[in-house]
This record gives sequence, C-alpha cells and structure tokens, in this order.
Amino acid sequence: MASAQQQSGPTKRTYGIGLLLAILLTAIPFSIVAFGLLPKVPSLIAIAVAAIIQVGVHLRFFLHLDFEHTPRENLAALFFATFLIFIMVMGSLWIMFDLHHRMM
Amino acid sequence: MLGKLTIDALPFYSWVAMGGAMVTVLGALAVMGVITWLGAWGYLWREWLTSVDHKRIGIMYIVLALIMLLRGFVDAIMMRAQQAFALNSGGYLPADHFDQIFSSHGTIMIFFVAMPFMSGLMNLIVPLQIGTRDVSFPYMNSLSLWLTASGAALVMVSLVIGKFSTAGWTAYPPYSGIQYSPGVGVDYWSFAVLISGVGSTMTGINFVSTIFKRRAPGMTLMHMPLFTWTVLTASVLVVFAFPGLTVSAGLLELDRMLGMHFFTNGDGGNMMMFANLFWIWGHPEVYILILPAFGVFSHVVTTFSGKRLFGYTSLVYATAAIGILSFTVWLHHFFTMGSSANVNAFFGIATMIIAVPTGVKVFDWLFTMYRGRIQFRSPMLWTLGFMVTFVIGGMSGVLLALPPVDYLMHNTTFLVAHFHNMIIPGVLFGYLAGYQFWFPKAFGFRLNEQWGKWAFWCWIIGFYLAFMPLYVLGLLGMPRRMEHYDVAEWQPHLIVAAVGACVILLGILCLAVQLVVSIRQRDQARDFSGDPWLGRTLEWATSSPPAPYNFAVLPEVRERDAFQDLKERGIAYEKPKKYEDIYLPKNSPVGIVVGGLGFVFGFAMVWHVWWIAIVCLLLITAALIVLSSADDNEYCITAKEVEKIEKARYRELAKAPRILLPESEEVVPGAPIQGAVP
Amino acid sequence: MTARRTAIPEQDAPLPIDGRDEKAFGFWVYLMSDAIIFALLFATYIVLSGNTAGGPGGKELFDLKRAFAETMVLLVSSATFGLATVAMVSRDSSGVLRWLIVTFLLGAAFVAMELGEFRDMIAQGAGPDRSGFLSAFFTLVGTHGLHVSIGLIGIAVMCVQVVMKGLTNPVASRLYRLGLFWHFLDIVWVAIFSVVYLPGVLDG
Repeated sequence: MASAQQQSGPTKRTYGIGLLLAILLTAIPFSIVAFGLLPKVPSLIAIAVAAIIQVGVHLRFFLHLDFEHTPRENLAALFFATFLIFIMVMGSLWIMFDLHHRMM
Repeated sequence: MLGKLTIDALPFYSWVAMGGAMVTVLGALAVMGVITWLGAWGYLWREWLTSVDHKRIGIMYIVLALIMLLRGFVDAIMMRAQQAFALNSGGYLPADHFDQIFSSHGTIMIFFVAMPFMSGLMNLIVPLQIGTRDVSFPYMNSLSLWLTASGAALVMVSLVIGKFSTAGWTAYPPYSGIQYSPGVGVDYWSFAVLISGVGSTMTGINFVSTIFKRRAPGMTLMHMPLFTWTVLTASVLVVFAFPGLTVSAGLLELDRMLGMHFFTNGDGGNMMMFANLFWIWGHPEVYILILPAFGVFSHVVTTFSGKRLFGYTSLVYATAAIGILSFTVWLHHFFTMGSSANVNAFFGIATMIIAVPTGVKVFDWLFTMYRGRIQFRSPMLWTLGFMVTFVIGGMSGVLLALPPVDYLMHNTTFLVAHFHNMIIPGVLFGYLAGYQFWFPKAFGFRLNEQWGKWAFWCWIIGFYLAFMPLYVLGLLGMPRRMEHYDVAEWQPHLIVAAVGACVILLGILCLAVQLVVSIRQRDQARDFSGDPWLGRTLEWATSSPPAPYNFAVLPEVRERDAFQDLKERGIAYEKPKKYEDIYLPKNSPVGIVVGGLGFVFGFAMVWHVWWIAIVCLLLITAALIVLSSADDNEYCITAKEVEKIEKARYRELAKAPRILLPESEEVVPGAPIQGAVP
Repeated sequence: MTARRTAIPEQDAPLPIDGRDEKAFGFWVYLMSDAIIFALLFATYIVLSGNTAGGPGGKELFDLKRAFAETMVLLVSSATFGLATVAMVSRDSSGVLRWLIVTFLLGAAFVAMELGEFRDMIAQGAGPDRSGFLSAFFTLVGTHGLHVSIGLIGIAVMCVQVVMKGLTNPVASRLYRLGLFWHFLDIVWVAIFSVVYLPGVLDG
C-alpha cells in the first residue's frame, strides 16, 4: 500500500511536474495567439491539441488517475462522461449549425 | 417588500379556478386538522418526516406520487370534459385556464408522479435487493425527497397564488419568454422543475454509488436482480441527463429575469437551442422512467410464472443498450424544426434502432411465461396489460420515427395518443404492479386482490377508450391542446375519450377502496413469512416490514436468484450463531428544513422577492455546512436488541404456513398461494 | 459495514484519500454530472458565439493577458492545494492549514480578477443582456466563477475543521473531495481559456 501510494498518490514531485507541464501547455497556445505565430486554422488546431493534452496532465498529475490504481468504476464514470460530452456537444453543434445554414 | 406579489394574485378571475384554489387550501387544512386531531404531529415528525431510513423515504415518495396523481388526473378529466363539449362553443373553461391545465397536467405527471413513484420504489426495494442496510448517502436521500416535495408544493401553490404556466410542460420559447408570458406561470414551472431536478440528480448519484459500493458479499454485477440493474441504468441516466434540464430551465430563467438573450427572438438568441437542450434531458428521461418499470415487470413475471427469468443476460444488455441509445435520439422530438435530411435521417434511424432492445425484452418476458405455472394475481394482470398495450404504443412510435410521417403527425393528438400509450402502460402500470407486488414488504400485509383486479380492468378499459380515439383524431388532423374547435366529426371521438377518462376515474377509486379495505382487513392478509409470493430475490429474505437494519446478518450471495438459492440450500431461515451491534444513521431534520427553505426560495424567486430568496440561500448554505461537518451521526442497535427483534421475527415465522418448494424437497415458511404448491 | 464509519483516526492506517470509499465515488459521480452542465454551457456558447447582434465581439472585449494571468493564478492554486494534500498525507496539520490559506488567497484573487473583467465589460455597455453571445459568455464564465466561490467557502470551512478537529479520517476524506472539486474546476477553466478566450481573439 505504501509503495502504491508513492507511485500514484500525491507527492510534491507530481504536483510540481503537473504545474510545469500545465504552464507550458498554456503558454504555447497563448503565445501562438498573442503573437500571431500561426494562421487561423492551424492556431485552432494547436489550441485544441494543447488543451486536450493539458486535460490529460491535470487528470494524471493533479487528480492522480491511472489505469492501475484508480478504481475501475471511477474510470468507467469518467469515460462514459467523456463519451456523452462528445455526443451532446458534437450533436448539438451539428444540429444547430446545420439549422443555421438552412436559415441563411 | 413583496416583489410582484399583490392581492390580485388570488384567483378571482374565474369560478373554476377559485374552486380549484379552495379545494387545495381546504384539502391541506383538512389533512392538517386530522393530524392535529389524532395528535400525530410529534410521531410524524420523529418517525417519518425526519427519517433517513430508505424504506420510510420510499414510502413517503410514493405517498407524494399518489397525491399528485390525483391532482394530475383532475387536470386530465377537466381537459377531456372541456373538449367533449367545446364544439363551436367555449366550453366551461376560458382558454387561458385550459392552457394552464394542460401545462400543469404534463408537468405534474412527469415530475411529481412518475419521478417520485420511481424514486419511491427504488428506495424501498433496491437496498433490500442488494442485501445492504441503507443507501450510500442517507442524509442526501432525505434531502432529495424534500426537494422533490417542495417542487410539487410550488406547483400546488400556483393554483392558489398566481397562475401556472400556459406554455405546456416543455415550456418552449419564445412563447415562454418574458415577452409573451409576462406573468409568473413560467417561473413557477421552472423553479418547480429546477428544485425537484436537484433532488432527482442527488437520488441518481446516491443509487449509482449504493449499487456499486454496497452489494452483499458475493453479489457480482451479473448476479444483481433485474430491478437493481434497471435502477442502476436509470440512475446513471439521471446523473448524465438531468444537467440538460437544469441548463435549459436555468437559461430560460436568466432570459426572463436578467434580460439575457439565449432563446429570445432578437438580439442573437436562438430559441431552437432550448428545444435541443431540453430534449437532451427529455429523451433519456423517458427511459429513466420506463427502465425501472421494466425491472418491476421482470420480477412480477418470474415470480408469478414460478420460473427463472428467461434471458437474464440479454435483458441486462438490452437495458444497457437502451441506456446508451437513449442519448442519441433526442432530435426526434423536434424533427419539424427543419433540419436537413442527413440530420433527420440519422436521428430517425437511431430511434428505430432503440425499438430493438425493447423488443428483446418483451420476448424475454413472453418466454419466461412460456410453460410457466402462471398465477393471475393483480401485479401479473398489470404486467400482461402492459405487454399488449405497450407494443401498440411502441409501433406508433416507430411510425413517428420516420421524419416524413412525423411532419404530418407532429402536434396532433396522434402524438398525444402515442406517448400516453407508452407512459401509461409502460411507466404507470409498471409502478402500480410494483406497488401491489411490494406493498406487503413495506407494510406486512397484502392488498385486497378483488379490488386490485377491478382497478386493473377499469384502468385498461379506460385507457383504450380514452386514447384509441386520439389516434383516430390525429389522423383526422386534430391538433393537440385545443380549447375549442369547429369540426363536428371530431366530437364523437372526444366524447368516447371523455368516457374513457371516467372509467379511469373508477380505476383510481378502486385503488383507493382497495387501500382502505386492505387496511381494515389487514389481519386476514398478514404476511408472517416475509415472502408472500414465493419470491426469488433478497428483498423477500427479511421480515415484512423489515427491521430498521434490514438484515441482522448480511446475506452471502452465490447465485442470481439469491433468495431462491438460499431456500433451495435450506439455509434461508437459519438462525445466525451470534448477533453484532449495528450502526445506523440518526434521523435528521436537515432534509425537511432545507426542502422547506427550497420551497420558500422558489416562491420568492417566482415573485421577485429578492431579500427572502437571499436569506433562504444563506440558511440553506449554513444548514448544509452543519450537516456536512457532522462526524458522529450514527446510533447503535446493540446485539441484544437485534437478538430481541430477531427472536420476535422467528416467532412470526413459526406462524406462517409451511409450503414445499416447487423445485426441491425443501419445506419453508411461505404464504399459501393458490396454484403455487405443486 | 458493521464497523463504525466515523472511527477515531489511527496513526498507522492510511487516510481515506485514494478515491476508493463510497463518499469519494459518489462525489466523483457528482463531478461527472457537473461536467455535463459545463459541456452544455460550452455547446450553448459555441452556438451563440457568432450572435453579437451588432454589439462587440470577443476580439474587442477579451483581454488575453488578463485571461492568461487568471489561468496562471488558478493553475498555481491547484498546485498549492496539492501541497496541502501532501502535508495531509504526512499528517502535518499546520502545513495543511498554510497551503489551504495560500490556495484560498489565490482563489479569491482569481474571483476578484474575474469580477473586475465583468465590471469593465458591463461598463463598456457589453453586459449579459447585450447579445446572445454575451449572455452565453457571462453565464459560462460566471458559472465557473460561482463554482470557484463555492470552493472558497469549502476551503474556509475545511480550515476551521482542521483547526477544531485535527486531521481525523472524516476531515481528511472531506479535504480529499474538496481537492477533487478544486482540480476539476481547473480543468473546466482550461477549457474556457481554450474555447472562449483564445479563439475569441484570433484574427477572423
């Protein structure tokens, strides 16, 4: 148990790594947008990729989720929520923008 | 000081409305008078209102549901009466009042009849079925109950002070926006729905956690009784779907109160986003209501066929599939919004696919009955009535899943007939079957069989009379929600429908008489064994009614039909070697106090009395901080007391008649039911 | 389950902070439900983001530097809450208290920055009643801010409990769940920064 806690549980190291990565992943898209480093579409892709990686960083280093120690039902709830967020957000956007084009 | 609240809020505008207000007020006063006369306030407060026992909370939910069923039914019969007469005339209801009635009918039946009835049955039964002593969060459970009740109270108060919404139970903008509905009606609707929605969400979280974390040792997921499975799926749907309701009703209120532009006509609002958000909740909600009823049917069918459930695994997978698919069909509620063919085709096909797992279930129940020793007791009658009727409703639903057909049928009484044809047999019959089936578990005596059968026959005949004409009327082109009309050929059908509503009224009266007769004759129908129907799952393994701790020793589970297995192994009634101290949560007034404050908060928000709303919010926050900071909130039932209670139980058991188990040589205590003994 | 759940803390037993007990699971399920609320608010924001109704859009209104500063404050507060958790594991209640207070101050600073941003926007005539876009913006960002404020109340309550009760098992369990809530809000903010602010100021 003690060793398990050391690997997955909260330590100063995990929070430190997490914070550094999070700051980095915020700074990259921020500088792309603030200094106009990329055109619009590549910027949006970069923002999306950085955001998704950052969410993963938070889950791993701040919430300490992993496939070994986190209870299975907690992970199942997270995956189901992610799946439904995808369906609901993408579905809503599909429906509403489809309507938008037909109303134009 | 009192916001928009003035003396004009009282219903002086019509005698019918005044009558409704008087009945509500006098009814409430009469109930309070009787309780005072009986001197029962202290008992009620200590034993029930502050109780955190899941069984008592379940019973209180069902009482709430039955009271609100009466209110919702009065609305229904008033509409049927109006439409039966209103050919070329105004009928007896002004248009504005008629609109309030159909709005409150839908709101009440979904939120304050179906939801509390479901929560009641699952509270009562699930912890027993999975062999545990309480739910994961008993205090939150009490909070859920009282928030639901305060939502119901808000709808009832709208009869007396102010008017209810005229925007239908779905409250579509822009009509429900402040521009077209400047009164307080829509606010009553949204706060009732928001407050009870918080309660429902907490119930969902509670049961997901209870079922995942508190199953008896040995009960794997695939050993869970089917009712528990359906409740688990429904609870997951509650957790993930209710945010849609919270967001849609919440944003509507932001539009109305703060002048925002989510769903307004101008200034960048998009009213169709409301329909989209509302039905992201609304479609899963249909399955939230119906899945637990499917669970009830599964238990009734196995018990009264004397057989193991056919196709348990397929039923579990069908339940899960319905749960997931229910999130992918919401657009079929607003095909006529005018999406492109791709969008409509996707959601139309998804809708048709969802009929497949439902069909699997119907076949499973039929095969369970096949070659069974079927006993036509009243829970079984409701189940059979459901199977026949629900299939008809399902087929009209598959018709409506075709976008071109939906374009013709949308907003006609065909749609009204369709969803009543799903919800009355699917949901209400299921819960009534559950009520008849589990009543002896809750109270220790059986309900009268004869009145139960009459109730069933009145309901089902009334149902067909009331709703089949609506299919015809829909095909004749009659729009829903008409206060009066001038097409003479509609009237005969509407008169038949009104007669059907009256027959349903007889069914409700039979249920009331059944309850009274059963209470008076309870000594003839006592359930000493705790197992009045020769059940197969763990809720029948305890006494009826169960002790506060449900099980003196938590059962060990090896099989799917855990109690049947214990009986066959001859250890179902074994006395444990020793008893242990049992810790249970203490009663707490926090639930009812927060529920009461929630009601006052909602009322204050409806009438824009901001200072009361703020005070209520502060008090609720304080109450929740106190509740969540409490460390020592359990009391102890000592081993000695447990032993005393259990000894009394074994004396009762000895009084129960012995019967031979059908599939083994075991003799166990059980009620002698005609046809059960081979 | 027969054992008392509110047992006196034992020095050797691990604290209930690994997400396995039913309270942690129930809270996790609540967070998933809350995540759906935010997801739907995001969907609403995206649908309405072009509907400025002739009023100002994100490019005129958003101050990217301020949003970046808000992000930094919130990220650091997540890490300081983490340090409180680390102190809790080593049963150092003064450390827990210290880091909780730091987290509280950072959270309060975040809320203050956000309120300042709202005030400036309303002063420019770009309040939530100006257009569908602004309604959706204020509601999405405001809902997050409201959650952070509730989290601040939670931190204050937990500080009092740590002082009054010490690091008992129930206190540790509550602190763990509050931590989940705080980190979850951080994730939501990352999404707000990436969906609202960054695309909002991109060149059209």
